[in-house]
Amino acid sequence: MLSKLLIGVGAAALCATATISLADTSDKRIALSNNYAGNSWRQAMLASWEKVTGAAVADGTVAEAPAFTTAENQVTEQAAQIQNMILEGYDAIVINAASPDALNGAVKQACDAGIVVVSFDGIVTEPCAYRIAVDFHAMGKVEVEYLATRLDGGDLLEIRGLAGVFVDDEISAGIHEGVAENPQFKIVGSVHGDWAQDVAQKAVAGILPSLPEISAVVTQGGDGYGAAQAFAAAGRPTPLIVMGNRYDEMLWWKEQKDANGYETMSVSIAPGVGTLAFWVAQMILDGKEVPQDLTVPFLTITQDTLEDSLAATQPGGVANVEYSLEDAMAVVSGG
Amino acid sequence: MVDRLTSPRFLRAVLPAASFAILLIAIFYLKPRTMSYFGLNLMLQYTVPIALATIAQMFIITVNDLDLSIGPFVGLTACIGATWLADTPLLGILALAGCVAAYAALGALIHWRNLPSIVVTLGMSFVWLGIAVLILPTPGGTAPGWVKWLMGVKTPVVPFPIVATVVIGLVVHLLLMRSSYGAVLRGAGGNPRAIGRAGWSLLKTKMVMFGAAGFFGVLSGLSLIGLTSAADAHIADRYTLYAIAGVILGGGEFVGGRVSPIGAVIGAMTLTLTGSFLTFLKISPDWQIGAQGGILIIVLALRALINRREGLV
Repeated sequence: MLSKLLIGVGAAALCATATISLADTSDKRIALSNNYAGNSWRQAMLASWEKVTGAAVADGTVAEAPAFTTAENQVTEQAAQIQNMILEGYDAIVINAASPDALNGAVKQACDAGIVVVSFDGIVTEPCAYRIAVDFHAMGKVEVEYLATRLDGGDLLEIRGLAGVFVDDEISAGIHEGVAENPQFKIVGSVHGDWAQDVAQKAVAGILPSLPEISAVVTQGGDGYGAAQAFAAAGRPTPLIVMGNRYDEMLWWKEQKDANGYETMSVSIAPGVGTLAFWVAQMILDGKEVPQDLTVPFLTITQDTLEDSLAATQPGGVANVEYSLEDAMAVVSGG
Repeated sequence: MVDRLTSPRFLRAVLPAASFAILLIAIFYLKPRTMSYFGLNLMLQYTVPIALATIAQMFIITVNDLDLSIGPFVGLTACIGATWLADTPLLGILALAGCVAAYAALGALIHWRNLPSIVVTLGMSFVWLGIAVLILPTPGGTAPGWVKWLMGVKTPVVPFPIVATVVIGLVVHLLLMRSSYGAVLRGAGGNPRAIGRAGWSLLKTKMVMFGAAGFFGVLSGLSLIGLTSAADAHIADRYTLYAIAGVILGGGEFVGGRVSPIGAVIGAMTLTLTGSFLTFLKISPDWQIGAQGGILIIVLALRALINRREGLV
């Protein structure tokens, strides 16, 4: 442990004196501690991790980068997993955490053992860890800002996510802030679509008869296609629906675009954010200066990039982007 | 001498310790760096709350009942500990005392209406979880400073988790196995009719044992947040099964009265080590629960073999 500390100090000193020479990370081992793998987003996340870290191991950037997923999404199980990783002697641990607070004890132990801890998506609040957070608030606001560039104003329908989850509150708060700054828009109805197409379709169909003409629908991802179906079934004109990068949403958008030049945008979080966390960990081991808190850029699909994104996405999947070391460096210097 | 060493009684007593030792040696062999103060401390840290929950379960099993709610109950006490106990200590202590009293009352209810404990405690597990979610809707809170300090104590030479578990095992052993009322408590599980005829109140023994289980559940919850520093209503859901498995691994039996506090503590440590052992073997976590079950079955099969020999003698 002491020798590791000394190496760390040495590396830091080296970088301070000569910024061109960097510590070698080819003997470093980075582990992924993941709390859950039960949906398509997490599966895509693990696949991206395997792909990017596999290449990094093959070309000798790092020695090893295995992924470990706990079986039951339990805090105590993940804490024990992290402790075992400390004993295994990994140089860095990348975490998608089951709880923002309850893993702090184990995370602190890892830091004390000289291990770099990078959390992403499900972040941890322990100060010694690095956090790659998603700015859901900004994601909601971006939607309204986009609408302001397209429409002169009008009535909006808001589709929210799963009630009681903080992500839902954050995105919705961002949308409402955007509306407050663009008073030409007014939210006339709000339903919970639970980030699922079928739930969103039912909820929108239920509220539509009570609403005036809707000029746009603001969403949280996973609900845009269902909303479009509900409008079509009710025989109402299709408004501008903001999409959420799901395959079925992009496919519908493409069909509309080809048929009548339909224009919108799509925004969500790429599951490849795990690979960003990997490179951030690698950069820290490399002795680079990285801020403790980083914000992930969300993945926006525009009218021009729709075809490429659609082609690159598996049916039933989510549009993804995997980060390279250069991308990660751009995020770090930009953040 | 050889006869004594191969007697079923001796073998049965030694089996928990032997399985623990074999597992520990295997881990030392796989990862020599665990053979240190730091390594043992890290590996065994989470045994303290599990050992306390196992002791709680053992009290219930002693009186021939089974507690399916100990996991959510530990989660509830953890939530109380990380919120009320930290902010308004008096309210926190009252709430925790109320939890213990509720457990004793459950024991009374089960005895009074002659209800199956499995059904009652299964129902109560949802009640505990519900209250925990009400107290702490989203994960968070902070553990009181003294709890964190206690769980972070660096004892000289021997790591704190080992000291703590040994103390827990010995104290409970003295109270339950060596005291005269302890014999009555165990008898109430093994042969309730005899104890009842001898003039002891079976209602009281049930209440004492359930109350003691509640008390150790509270200790388990507090020691857990001392380690994690924050709570979550679901923090200890798995403890229900860990606790039952720990008691059984440690030589306890479902027939009531046949338990071993020291064995139960060793059982809890064995279970924790199993997780580390399987991780060090690089077995995917998807298989780990199954592999843990496999180790459990091997130990139980060995015990069945010993018992059969006892039957032959």
